[in-house]
Amino acid sequence: MRAKGNSWNEYQKFIADDDYYYGRSCIRQNFFPGSEKAFLDIMHNDLGKNFYDDPKHSSCTGIGYHSDVVPLETTMTVVARQFSLMNESGLENFTTSCITSFGIYTEILETWKEFPETEEKTRENLYKATGREFTIPKCMAHTSDVMYHFRGEIGARAKHRLINVQTGEPLKVVDHIGCHYAKIFPKAGVGGSEFPYVLAGMVEEWGGECVDYPERRHCCGFGFRNYLVQANRGYSIANSHKKLESMAPYKPDFIVANCPGCSMFLDRWQYTIAEMEGTTYGENGHGIPVLTYEEMAGLVLGYDPWALGMQMHQVDVEPLLDKMGIEYDPAAKYLGRNGKYIGKPASAVVNCAPVDTIYDMKQ
Amino acid sequence: MAAINFGFSISKPRAINMDLNNLNKSDEILHEMPELQSCIGCGSCTAVCTAGNLTEFNFRRVHTLVRRGEYQGAYEEMSKCMLCGKCRLVCPRGINTRGVVMLLKRKLGDF
Repeated sequence: MRAKGNSWNEYQKFIADDDYYYGRSCIRQNFFPGSEKAFLDIMHNDLGKNFYDDPKHSSCTGIGYHSDVVPLETTMTVVARQFSLMNESGLENFTTSCITSFGIYTEILETWKEFPETEEKTRENLYKATGREFTIPKCMAHTSDVMYHFRGEIGARAKHRLINVQTGEPLKVVDHIGCHYAKIFPKAGVGGSEFPYVLAGMVEEWGGECVDYPERRHCCGFGFRNYLVQANRGYSIANSHKKLESMAPYKPDFIVANCPGCSMFLDRWQYTIAEMEGTTYGENGHGIPVLTYEEMAGLVLGYDPWALGMQMHQVDVEPLLDKMGIEYDPAAKYLGRNGKYIGKPASAVVNCAPVDTIYDMKQ
Repeated sequence: MAAINFGFSISKPRAINMDLNNLNKSDEILHEMPELQSCIGCGSCTAVCTAGNLTEFNFRRVHTLVRRGEYQGAYEEMSKCMLCGKCRLVCPRGINTRGVVMLLKRKLGDF
């Protein structure tokens, strides 16, 4: 009989130490615009790693694929082009910022492995279209895998830990893993689909405590078609609603997600639920702040929250910053690069329904 | 009322919560018709149903919901049954399905 402790080895994956080709996400740069820059800054400036951010890199077409408007053959050819660009830059490891892209790359690599003729066809298509050839990456990692890989180094450089400085207690963190990270191909993710540890590992390393609530593995509800068609959005929001109802009794201090869609919807749907029903799930009538793992790492390393783009969140993050003892300039919140005022959003119920919001609603 | 019209609302879950449902009536029905417990849910009753061919009536669905404490609308649904008895002929467990229809109507008239 196999020793109990060894079974965890089956849930590990190879994550290279350095020299990655970096693939950006299409939607993330709009939803949480500081996160990808924070990742590259942390890797370059704090850890001294080599990541190539290639301007020639394109969409993986994952959104079109999962919305049934781009055929798989086209997606395969586009992905093959990304690998060709990676070869051109002299790198052998590929990391992508988007969970859907990660799912697409993993699915295509598995397809090529199982059906070599599809790989040959893709090579032919790519050559005919662009004259390019490609080799398959040695390491395919999501950027959260890479961050997880370096969690010890980041923890050693921590300026703030995930601890409530007022009480000395660990912060209670809801970790939410994107479905396309490990639910499609469990072996592709750290911990598989049942015990995903990629975010929990970071949280525990940096002093926090993960909340194990009943709907922990439930989808956020994005699901492409569930959201893209307005008539289906009631189903999309119902999933986030179910998760939020399930986690609220545990009083989490914040949510961290590794998927662009999950971060977006767990944040924005809190605003929508609050406006629809007046329900909020955090402390003192607030929503629960939702962070990307880059933002979490950035806060731990002492980055300025506004430089991380945290003013773009629907749920205000200031209560969390206060708990972590992070100093910030409230007046600088809506100042963009070069100190230019970027505009302030209208008040919302999810941010505690202050008097002016009620006044606005009456108006 | 929502302050903002988003053009959609939160879909209600279709999950059946057995902890919240009152199973007293369901237990009464099982007590009077214990053979209902031997149902394997094969759906033969629904497949041959005369009423089901003409209306949305679905015997398997309704009695399964009743077993789980979902009584709303069960009486009205059972009223669609013509009592032809074809379901009883095909039931692999020999359940007195016509008897079940009459029992549900007798027990669930208030719901």
